[in-house]
Amino acid sequence: MAEPLLQVQGLGRRFDISRPWLNRVLERQDRQFLTAVADVDFTINRGETYALVGESGSGKSTIAKMVVGLLPPTSGRIVFDGQVMAGTEGASMRALRRRFQMIFQDPFASLNPRWRVGEIIAEPIHRFGLLRGSAVTNRVGELLETVGLSAQDAEKYPHEFSGGQRQRIAIARALSSKPEFIVCDEPTSALDVSVQAQILNLMRDLQDELGLTYLFISHDLSVVRHMANRIGVLYLGRLVEEAEGKALFRAAHHPYTRMLLDAVPDLALSGRRRQPVEGEIPNPIDPPPGCSFHPRCPLVMDRCRTGTPPVIATQTGRAACHALTLAADV
Amino acid sequence: MSAPLLSVRDLIVEFPTRRGTLRALDGLSFDIAPGEVLGMVGESGAGKSLTGAAIIGLLEPPGRIAGGEIRLRSERIDTLSPDAMRRIRGKRIGMVFQDPLTSLNPLYTVARQLTETIRTHAPVSEAEARKRAVALLDRVGIPAAARRIDDYPHHFSGGMRQRVVIALALCAEPELVIADEPTTALDVSVQAQIIDLIKEICAERGASVLLITHDMGVIAETADRVAVLYAGRLAEIGPVREVITNAAHPYTRGLMGSIPTLTQETDRLVQIPGAMPRLTAIPQGCAFNPRCREVMDRCRTDRPEALTTGEGRQVACWLHADDAQEAARG
Repeated sequence: MAEPLLQVQGLGRRFDISRPWLNRVLERQDRQFLTAVADVDFTINRGETYALVGESGSGKSTIAKMVVGLLPPTSGRIVFDGQVMAGTEGASMRALRRRFQMIFQDPFASLNPRWRVGEIIAEPIHRFGLLRGSAVTNRVGELLETVGLSAQDAEKYPHEFSGGQRQRIAIARALSSKPEFIVCDEPTSALDVSVQAQILNLMRDLQDELGLTYLFISHDLSVVRHMANRIGVLYLGRLVEEAEGKALFRAAHHPYTRMLLDAVPDLALSGRRRQPVEGEIPNPIDPPPGCSFHPRCPLVMDRCRTGTPPVIATQTGRAACHALTLAADV
Repeated sequence: MSAPLLSVRDLIVEFPTRRGTLRALDGLSFDIAPGEVLGMVGESGAGKSLTGAAIIGLLEPPGRIAGGEIRLRSERIDTLSPDAMRRIRGKRIGMVFQDPLTSLNPLYTVARQLTETIRTHAPVSEAEARKRAVALLDRVGIPAAARRIDDYPHHFSGGMRQRVVIALALCAEPELVIADEPTTALDVSVQAQIIDLIKEICAERGASVLLITHDMGVIAETADRVAVLYAGRLAEIGPVREVITNAAHPYTRGLMGSIPTLTQETDRLVQIPGAMPRLTAIPQGCAFNPRCREVMDRCRTDRPEALTTGEGRQVACWLHADDAQEAARG
């Protein structure tokens, strides 16, 4: 049942943000690095939706780019269906590439405005040499209908469509190489809520029909709750907690997750008094030592300021927090 | 009900274009009572921001007010000269926009921008203005305000900048604050802080707020009443709790159902078919009729007026024609 499709092990990414060499020499500065992702582990099983959630600067999109191979990791490895991806080149990588696709946040930027919709959707088919001739046109028409558009739309240009329809086109393109795994980077955050509902429903239907596996990246907790089987919470490039979908919302363990859940505006009008959230995400160039959440944490202890917290198991998954470790030891 | 602070009646905003005149706001009417927080929701293109811009006289040409009236404490402000309007802006109506950087001049220190604004609207000395500015920054939660006041906007983080903008909007003690998507550019944890701040500080000073947002959750937590806009028209207006728990307009109902929540167990989100019409092709009759599940013949030909169905509650939908008659009879 739980057959791992994608395994991410010790994944890390540093960006060199040093000033140019001459400036460094003249101003006697050292090289500067920004650690966008550090030591992230997770496994996505076939057929499930794994969500990564976090605020800006938490490293969500960097992980997405590394998973699809748009960005090489500086450490760790990514294993897709038993094959190590990082560093793989040539034919075997090409064969692997066909099996995963990506949907981006902004459907106004991700579709080439000079191409007809049909060409956009057919591109992966041509790239991977899957079909030829009129079979391509038929397949494009089929895909357009799968995502709720009509086959005639292939002749149109992207500007003739609304945001939601463009995102449908992006989904059709992602499906055209018959992938098993799709990375969705904030697929609905540029859309209005009623259109968001259409796209989320479509994505779930497609998952049921085609047995897709999703890595779903979002900052919106309620969307994540609706979509995901399992959820990983990121803070400043580290995975602070992972839990089974809805369980995370019933019993969050990490203080950051709790704070995040508390901060979501409440439609249920429960009139709950939320705990005031303190501070903002620190600068990732110079993150706080020890647990990077400690300056904002209500449970902060001495050891949080010095040591990186170990990952321990919780009832619903795992979390990295000194307070939890302490509670587990007692 | 006491005399409204702001009263908008049959407001029409038009954009003359080469292909004809587009009507972006069509007969919008609502009141804001002194000290009240009125939320305004709608999807992109519904005319939310335009309403705010029309009230403060900052419509981008060629957009213009083509009909209706806007009154601030029963004085007409839509017909004022640009000079007279400028005196009202800032002094009697404060503004908070989505992107704090558009409201702040990057070349001036925060101190200069605040003291200048204070002195424009009140006859005080430089030293007194500075003292007030520091007190205000302190009130909006900027740590070490006396020192940070001499910083430039880029020295502040996103959330802190929005606090500065709130201080700037409030420094002339306005009667009305128009907040246009004040938290959309911010992370959830910071969003909660800013919402609480706007709510508290306006209550403290007795200022009314027009809170424009696409986020129903923000409205639920902040507003006293909510106005739902669709295609430049008012769909529904009423007390927040009533509109959320018992929406009367089919559009509002669809909108509420399409939002994933943190508590409900739903497998599928409610889907409103189609998308909001473009301004060039607003359907005859009710603008929502092609997407409405409960559409009747009448909806396709006659435009529903805002029918009063209860205390402070209006719905522009033919389904409620009977309720309205009953309410009128008492």
